[in-house]
Amino acid sequence: MATVLVLLDHAETGALRGSVLELATAARDLADGGEVHGLWVGDEPVDPALPVLGRHGVAVVHQVSTGAVDPHLTPVLAEALADAVRDTGATVLLALSTFENKEAAARLAVATGAGVVTDAAAVERDAEGRVVAAKTVLAGTWTTRCAVRTDLAVVLLKAGAVVSRHVEEPAPLVPEVRTRALAVSERATRAALVRRTAAAPSDRPDLSSADVVVVGGRGTEGDFGPIEALADEVGGAVGSTRVATDEGWIGHETQIGQTGVTVSPRLYIGAGVSGAVHHRGGMQASGTIVAVNPDPEAPIFEIADYGIVGDLFTVLPQVTEELRRLRQG
Amino acid sequence: MVCVKHVPDIQSERSLGPDGRLVRDGGDGTINELDENAVEAAVVLAEQARDAGEDAEVVVVTVGPDDAEDAVRRGLQLGADAAVHVLDDAVAGSDVFGTATVLAAVLRRLGEQAPVDLVVTGMAGLDGLTSLLPAALAATLDLPQLTLAAEVTLADGAVTVRRDLDHAVEELTAPLPALVSVTDRANEPRYPNFQGIMAARKKPVETLTLADLGVDPATVGTAGARTEVLEAAPRPPRTDRVLVTDDGQAGARLAAWLLERDLVRTTPATGEVL
Repeated sequence: MATVLVLLDHAETGALRGSVLELATAARDLADGGEVHGLWVGDEPVDPALPVLGRHGVAVVHQVSTGAVDPHLTPVLAEALADAVRDTGATVLLALSTFENKEAAARLAVATGAGVVTDAAAVERDAEGRVVAAKTVLAGTWTTRCAVRTDLAVVLLKAGAVVSRHVEEPAPLVPEVRTRALAVSERATRAALVRRTAAAPSDRPDLSSADVVVVGGRGTEGDFGPIEALADEVGGAVGSTRVATDEGWIGHETQIGQTGVTVSPRLYIGAGVSGAVHHRGGMQASGTIVAVNPDPEAPIFEIADYGIVGDLFTVLPQVTEELRRLRQG
Repeated sequence: MVCVKHVPDIQSERSLGPDGRLVRDGGDGTINELDENAVEAAVVLAEQARDAGEDAEVVVVTVGPDDAEDAVRRGLQLGADAAVHVLDDAVAGSDVFGTATVLAAVLRRLGEQAPVDLVVTGMAGLDGLTSLLPAALAATLDLPQLTLAAEVTLADGAVTVRRDLDHAVEELTAPLPALVSVTDRANEPRYPNFQGIMAARKKPVETLTLADLGVDPATVGTAGARTEVLEAAPRPPRTDRVLVTDDGQAGARLAAWLLERDLVRTTPATGEVL
């Protein structure tokens, strides 16, 4: 039995980031009969999220207020995590594998001696009860399993790593909410936030956790129309490559790759994407990979489950049109 | 002080050994590409300081085996003034926290000679890609951290950065000394010219051991690592791959293939119930 703490990442609107429920599901398996607690850092109302958290097995939600200090500062988040670990006695902390959470985890680990695994694709306990995480490394070409040796295990899970499941029986409860204020240290705010501009909300799903991702690269020559049309037809997110963002064709936040967003959707469709190693490192763990490119030698075809040598401006609209026809018929 | 790492070239065939550690002696080693952005950022800031009539020096630091000296040599070619290479067998197998302990000891040693105002790192190592080091080092040194900077400016004893995150853009500022990590969008690293390469040969590289730094070997290396790789295996290649040339109907066939495999919902999405 163990208490497992889950960081409840949420938007400024108070909406939970979708993959948080996957964390709660993984936490239940790791708790081994113990409780799953959620940590909600910030003053946004937590009530709307409670029923869904309850359905996913979260027993207690700790809402921690940092007062006048912006909780998005990662040293502040790290202190909130350390405080919650102390308070709950948790031996496992799960959070989404984002840049911000990596920073907070690193600081938490320096403060507590915890071991950290980032970008995990799965997490379980081995026969000795150790927390073991699986991850793909070296641009998706190798898989490893890592055991955490320390008393506190911090595992940052990639979106889509776990299929979220409801609690079956007994009927789930609405989690108990415990609120408290965190006294943030002076050192956590020595790098001060001058301003923070939240990205405008999009109608499309979040890139890092989307089921389907449609990606445009150099071959779009700046016209993302066919990419967006297909993404909207299948309810997917739009991604891009470094070339496309450097050219200013699309926002930097859509860049998939080793230095951008890492995705592992069920379905990845790359159009006009050559598949440079930088990009592959951010998508190679995807379930099914589809590629459309005029160059039969493009490296992306080496890893594509379904490759079409052709022009994206004819192939993609045809896919969109045919999907629409088949699904209406 | 700029921290750089020697890593296998990402274009080369990379592999893990039976101990789960990265094979680092394949002969395809290079400076971690993202660390060139860190060197460039530091060199530009030092140039600006000198133009303003101040003293400034850039020291590149690496921790790693013999070959790792190439990484600091590259840093010197890119305009750094001096280098430190921590070379000690006991360092092998260190996790990020062990590495941070060693780098912190280097900073304290440098600080005895002249105050270190700024520590600069890249955003990630292209081998492990954890991105944990910058924050771990800042916490170990108790320095303000300004990470993932796409823009860095120094003025009046303070450093200010802009950082682009997935869901927001932030501007952070802190008084010096501080730690900054820069992204690959922060600058375009210069290409060393012949002059730079010749000048680098004359620049000093100091080699230090853990004993020189007063670091207890038990706190670093494999012994001190907080995680342990149990298994490592190359990913099996994808099977049943299809590659076709568009004959005018490839798009339609792909649509059917996607539906058959249930990769796309058979009815258009209508909003998801969690």
